[in-house]
Amino acid sequence: MTAHALHGDLESTALYDIPGPRAQRRHFLYGIVSTAAILVLAGWILYLLFDTHQFTTAKWSPFAYEGIQELLLKGLWNTLKAFLYAAVLSLLLGAVLATGRLSVHRPVRWLATLCVEFFRAMPVLVMIFFIFVALKVQPLPALVAGLTLYNGSVLAEVFRTGINAVERGQREAAYALGMRKTQVMSHILAPQAVRAMLPTIISQLVVALKDTSLGYLITYEEFLHAGKLIASNLDYDLPFIPVVMIISPIYIGMCMLLSWFATWVARRERRNVKTKAVKVGPPEPGVVLPGRD
Amino acid sequence: MDVLTENFSLYGKGFLGTVELTVYASLLALVLGFVMASFRVAPVGSFRVFGTVWVAVLRNTPLTLLFFAVLLGLPRFGLVLPFQLFAVLALGCYTSAFICEVLRSGINTVPKGQGEAARSLGMTFGHTLGSVVLPQAFRSVIPPIGSTLIALAKNSAIAGAFSVTELLGTYKTLNELGYSIIWTFVWIAVGYLIITLSISALFNVLEKRYGVAR
Repeated sequence: MTAHALHGDLESTALYDIPGPRAQRRHFLYGIVSTAAILVLAGWILYLLFDTHQFTTAKWSPFAYEGIQELLLKGLWNTLKAFLYAAVLSLLLGAVLATGRLSVHRPVRWLATLCVEFFRAMPVLVMIFFIFVALKVQPLPALVAGLTLYNGSVLAEVFRTGINAVERGQREAAYALGMRKTQVMSHILAPQAVRAMLPTIISQLVVALKDTSLGYLITYEEFLHAGKLIASNLDYDLPFIPVVMIISPIYIGMCMLLSWFATWVARRERRNVKTKAVKVGPPEPGVVLPGRD
Repeated sequence: MDVLTENFSLYGKGFLGTVELTVYASLLALVLGFVMASFRVAPVGSFRVFGTVWVAVLRNTPLTLLFFAVLLGLPRFGLVLPFQLFAVLALGCYTSAFICEVLRSGINTVPKGQGEAARSLGMTFGHTLGSVVLPQAFRSVIPPIGSTLIALAKNSAIAGAFSVTELLGTYKTLNELGYSIIWTFVWIAVGYLIITLSISALFNVLEKRYGVAR
């Protein structure tokens, strides 16, 4: 029973039997050896940190100053601001492009497809730089526009697959009842699709949140930019590593929270009988050749 | 058009830089991703924990932050390598987390009975993995690996902003030389399209040849 509980998650793989007593002892030994190896590695990194004087008071003192804390908080707020704008606008653009791709009018469909395929195939940073350098837009709008174009196109694909994943009979029945196209979409298809798409949409928002850090490269004063300002301060003996040690957990923590939220929603939806049959896969980053959808 | 013909060598250098970065980082990502995937399905708990933490952290790290930490942070440890190598390291580690998840889900698509059958025939673990499970898993992961590598090629643009010789980075020089900025970007865009289309085409061929026929 214990072996079963311990290795419960192994049952789903094709790789192993449930280990017997001898194999368990062996695995225990491997576990101890590998844990020791990991600890040695961690110890070595810690030694390197101490050896290069990363924990001196001079390097950590700036974080005690209110001005520095305010700088970091302002950066964090700017990051969140860019994220919120980008998230809302991408959802809107995604809805528009998805409607275009599902349109019965061929030119509209082609135009939407062209937009989606092009913006998914371009590196986001190239778009952001283009808007920032060539169109001479301010950093925040440039960043938000770049993120919106990319994530909007990806979300358009998510929306489209989500709508198409709703069982055919649903829309047939709705049309048979005499509903219009808009009514079928807004009353029948969208409400069902949104539930199934929600985890995928949130995962895509994680991408948007991560990509707000690109703002650093076009001198938008976001979180990483604030960190850079502090890190290159000579008065505090260039506290580069301390800055990384403070900034990364916050960045990674924010993204992880959102990722976990997506997983939680996905797990909840999976238990839900209403959406059991519908599964919307993760969006793929820009595949331009046809025949891969 | 002039922008391209008059600066062909500059564009060529940037283009090759991106290709090189993509190829090396892809290799690193595939190897590391494979190692991490095997960690994540290993029967030993500590390996599984290590793999899980690796994936969870790297998947949720903004790539710019990773570049920032690796390219500007590691030298503070006295570790001074060429920027190109640092960029390969950052890109490769970042992408390995995604490759790991793709491979793991590929292994999970192989029905449990296949492994059981292999074991009941007396195959060793290595044999089961090498001759039965992995070949089948490989066939189903070709398309998602292709998309992951396309994402890697696109992400390599960030390296250019950290002064690694690379396609996007060429805009700076051309801008200073006073060329039309719009056309400069058009040709950069074309360069990226060539790279992503080539990867896409390569994986289409692989999929036709080895993929699961549905």
